[in-house]
Amino acid sequence: MSFITRGFTGRGRERDPALPPGQSLVEDWPVLSAGPTPEIDTADWEFTVVTENGRHSWTWDEMQALGVEDVTVDIHCVTHWSKLGMAWRGVPLDKIFEEVETSHDYVMAHSYGGYTTNVPLDELLDGQAWIAFEADGEPLGAEHGGPARLLVPHLYFWKSAKWVRGLVTMPDDDPGFWEQNGYHLHGDPWKEERYW
Amino acid sequence: MSPRPTGWHAGTVVDIRQETRTAKRITLDVPGWPGNDAGSHLDLRLTAPDGYQASRSYSIASSGESTRVVLAVDEVPDGEVSPFLVHDVRPGDALEVHGPLGNYFIWDPAASASHVQLIAGGSGVVPLFAMADAHGRGGDPAGFRLLYSVRTPDDRFFAAELGELADRDRIDVTYRYTRSTPDGWPSPPGRVTRELLAETTWPADVAPAVYVCGPTPFVESVSDWLVELGHEPRAVRTERFGGG
Repeated sequence: MSFITRGFTGRGRERDPALPPGQSLVEDWPVLSAGPTPEIDTADWEFTVVTENGRHSWTWDEMQALGVEDVTVDIHCVTHWSKLGMAWRGVPLDKIFEEVETSHDYVMAHSYGGYTTNVPLDELLDGQAWIAFEADGEPLGAEHGGPARLLVPHLYFWKSAKWVRGLVTMPDDDPGFWEQNGYHLHGDPWKEERYW
Repeated sequence: MSPRPTGWHAGTVVDIRQETRTAKRITLDVPGWPGNDAGSHLDLRLTAPDGYQASRSYSIASSGESTRVVLAVDEVPDGEVSPFLVHDVRPGDALEVHGPLGNYFIWDPAASASHVQLIAGGSGVVPLFAMADAHGRGGDPAGFRLLYSVRTPDDRFFAAELGELADRDRIDVTYRYTRSTPDGWPSPPGRVTRELLAETTWPADVAPAVYVCGPTPFVESVSDWLVELGHEPRAVRTERFGGG
């Protein structure tokens, strides 16, 4: 139903083809969170995966020992900004799921502070997602989800749960926090899956 | 409360007024708008003749069962959408909006805590004004306070409306001026501090629902102090703005 807006010509005319529809490029890194920023010491940090078969957990050092990767990815926030070519460092979820058996197809990511978000398991594997703890060469600041956040760059960035502390597999695609509060169950930026 | 249906709507600009030195208040009539809760936002999309589009999210300053939707847009220097809205939009223009969006950073009078604390930085007051205005129009007994950090008296959004709500004892408003104060103001300009929060906002022991909205550094400091002052992290809802 789009129509031309009288008088609007636009300024960002040289549109980068890496930008999904409705997104604008930012150079800084805006912060969006639903509440106060939790402070988590890596000495106390633990990452847990719970499946129908049991529970696995890793300390900070055990997580690092799984194998760290450097990746360069684009991130897309549902509030219309994107940041291209960001350098991240983290452990691919593939390494974690080498040690975990499940027949479930979906995952709920849980964060320190209570935030949750749902993701299909097959969208976390094959080099698509990481437990990330550095961005642009710096340890991830608490306001950006440090010490570690989930990084699922091919989905809108609310899926990349800040302050992640674990995953619970589930047979059905139940909605997480933002998904219960109006955001799309899946969140593909190229399909503009922003809201219900 | 069940969520309201979200969708694209064509709105017509029915009123524009200068809100602050750098912001305009834009009132839209949006046929088919399902109403919105106080604190929710919408996406606004502009389309150029060649099909180029730019979208941004804006908090809604109005609420309730009405097709009138009020926005208050502050110009972001070097921005693309806000300068157009502030300088180029005229009454009668059609604007495309999508919403209402968000049902977390909202205030629901039927489910309100007995004490509500609003804390705003700059144009972050817009969704909080929607809450104060809804409270002012309703009969709920919640005790409302607003702490509003703003550069100068001329930069206040909804100053007259907030004054009227305060005169009716529907809200207690504390201004904190960061650059310059009115003549005779009892304190010099300065930022919100932890001490000021402790002195002027509802204490943690009355278990207020707290809403904080403003630029990221403001929201980060304020919400950290609130937790230090004993507020339950889950009782503190935040919304930040940043990016063009």
